[in-house]
Amino acid sequence: MQLKPMHAKTISIPALALFTLATLSTLTACGGDPAPPETGPNPALPEPSRGLLPSMDISTPTEWGDEKPAVPDGYQIEAIAKDMKIPRQTLVLPNGDILVAEGSGGGKAPAMRPKDVIAGYIKKQGTTSVKPGNRLTLLRDDNDDGRYETREVFADNLNAPYGLALIDDTLYVANQDALVRFDYNEGQTQASGPPEKVVDLPAKINHHWTKAMTAGPDGELLYVGIGSNSNIGERGMEVEEDRAMVWQIDAQSGRHKPYASGLRNPTAFAIHPDTDQLWVVVNERDELGPNLVPDYLTSVQEGAFYGWPYSYWGQNVDTRVKPPKPEKVESAIKPDYALGSHVAALGVDFSDGSLAGQFAEGAFVGQHGSWNRSDPVGYKVVFVPFRNGQPAGEPVDFATGFLGDDGKARGRPVGVTVDPKGAVIIADDLSNTIWRVTPTGRD
Amino acid sequence: MADNNVTDYPRALHPLHAILLAFPLPLFLGALLSDLAYSSTYEVQWTNFASWLIAGAMLTGALVTLWALVECLVSGRQRTGKHFVYLIVLLVMMAVGFINALVHAKDGWAAMPAGLWLSVVVTLLALIASWIGYAGLRAREVAHAT
Repeated sequence: MQLKPMHAKTISIPALALFTLATLSTLTACGGDPAPPETGPNPALPEPSRGLLPSMDISTPTEWGDEKPAVPDGYQIEAIAKDMKIPRQTLVLPNGDILVAEGSGGGKAPAMRPKDVIAGYIKKQGTTSVKPGNRLTLLRDDNDDGRYETREVFADNLNAPYGLALIDDTLYVANQDALVRFDYNEGQTQASGPPEKVVDLPAKINHHWTKAMTAGPDGELLYVGIGSNSNIGERGMEVEEDRAMVWQIDAQSGRHKPYASGLRNPTAFAIHPDTDQLWVVVNERDELGPNLVPDYLTSVQEGAFYGWPYSYWGQNVDTRVKPPKPEKVESAIKPDYALGSHVAALGVDFSDGSLAGQFAEGAFVGQHGSWNRSDPVGYKVVFVPFRNGQPAGEPVDFATGFLGDDGKARGRPVGVTVDPKGAVIIADDLSNTIWRVTPTGRD
Repeated sequence: MADNNVTDYPRALHPLHAILLAFPLPLFLGALLSDLAYSSTYEVQWTNFASWLIAGAMLTGALVTLWALVECLVSGRQRTGKHFVYLIVLLVMMAVGFINALVHAKDGWAAMPAGLWLSVVVTLLALIASWIGYAGLRAREVAHAT
């Protein structure tokens, strides 16, 4: 629904009153049940649409109780750690221990408009009320029975840790404001001391605070994702310097350079096991309608510009951004694979042959779930099949039931990690649980 | 001093009502000017200013409208057609102002140009409401009744 400004000049007061009533009555009519989001390499992109109010549906949190997420036939799922303090990403160490980054950042962005105050309050209703741990927790299965009996705080007093990477004997942690490292010896359950800072990361405002990270295949470079400081630049472009991009960082020295830009919020990386190609999941912009703009999974091309904020899905101009930058739009490239609009992909990892059958080749993607959609989407872990290093086919549900039939959210998936022992680890930051999916008939 | 010439004019508005009515027009006008500044500079801070100014106008406007409504209900024999016109203009101003607030909550240029035109309309409505209010709601005969 668009307001027609040209009518406003000559409108009479009774007509205006009628117009007002008509407008108010369409406020809620904009919702309806939109078509399911498009996925795959060539999603249909509808015209941008937004009513007077953005469509919102915040799923009320509730407990899992005796329930668990649903997994495909031939698989089982167990909670291997509960009562975590907002687990986000996990890393499986060479000896099978699982390291969990727990924490929460951002929240210091000043309210620029009345909207920021109201929207902030509403979105908070869909998240956990647990105090963030801002620490790393180590989980260990002492006797290979699939139960993680040992649980130790590996490191404490971190600043919203998110991205985790291990290169040889060094554990790298991407806090919301800096890349830090710990010495790590196999079998260690606690860090031997406080971390050493490698390099500061852009942290001003930190509207999107999660610093996703992975180690490159050469064992020398790290890739860090730095999300934008706004939806589409509405805080001004001055605060978007060094934002919405991927940095390549030399792990030793901390020297860094922009590797790819225009990625609104890159939330998780994975290296394809066969091609050594860097892949990322990105959360795209809101308030353009229920089926815009698709969040995506893409290989990251060095030096490429992916559109934000000037355009989306290649060169579709976002007219909300002024002044426009046609020369930037012209250089924007399309991502590889749409995961669906508003699904909020926050985790990705490749199946490296440690799982069999239909899940042997492809990427698992954790979807936190939508807010900007009357009919919620996401709230699950999907599997995108790959062939020859490229996505091949529609996403398959891998773990579902995070959003119950009652419309209440039991959990919200974030990081997914493939355990070489043949399992998938899912961090759930609403129920504060670490889930582990394994084939049945083992463990 | 010509004390013997003092006439007891009935006041146009209760002082508190007058103070409240003093807010919506300049606040909506400020929003309009901010919208114009945003349109010509693309500097987003202007549209943020406009959002807050509209919010302030809506808060004070709501109190004025409530006052006008109560006065309409309790004014009894002193009630005139102006009471109703005043109330209706205020109600329309609030409705347009509310839509304007929602439009201004859109990100960046999405608020434009609809937000600018709505600011024009709502500023005019605030002007009309203020004019009617300050001209006095009671019938003219009452004012001359001494």
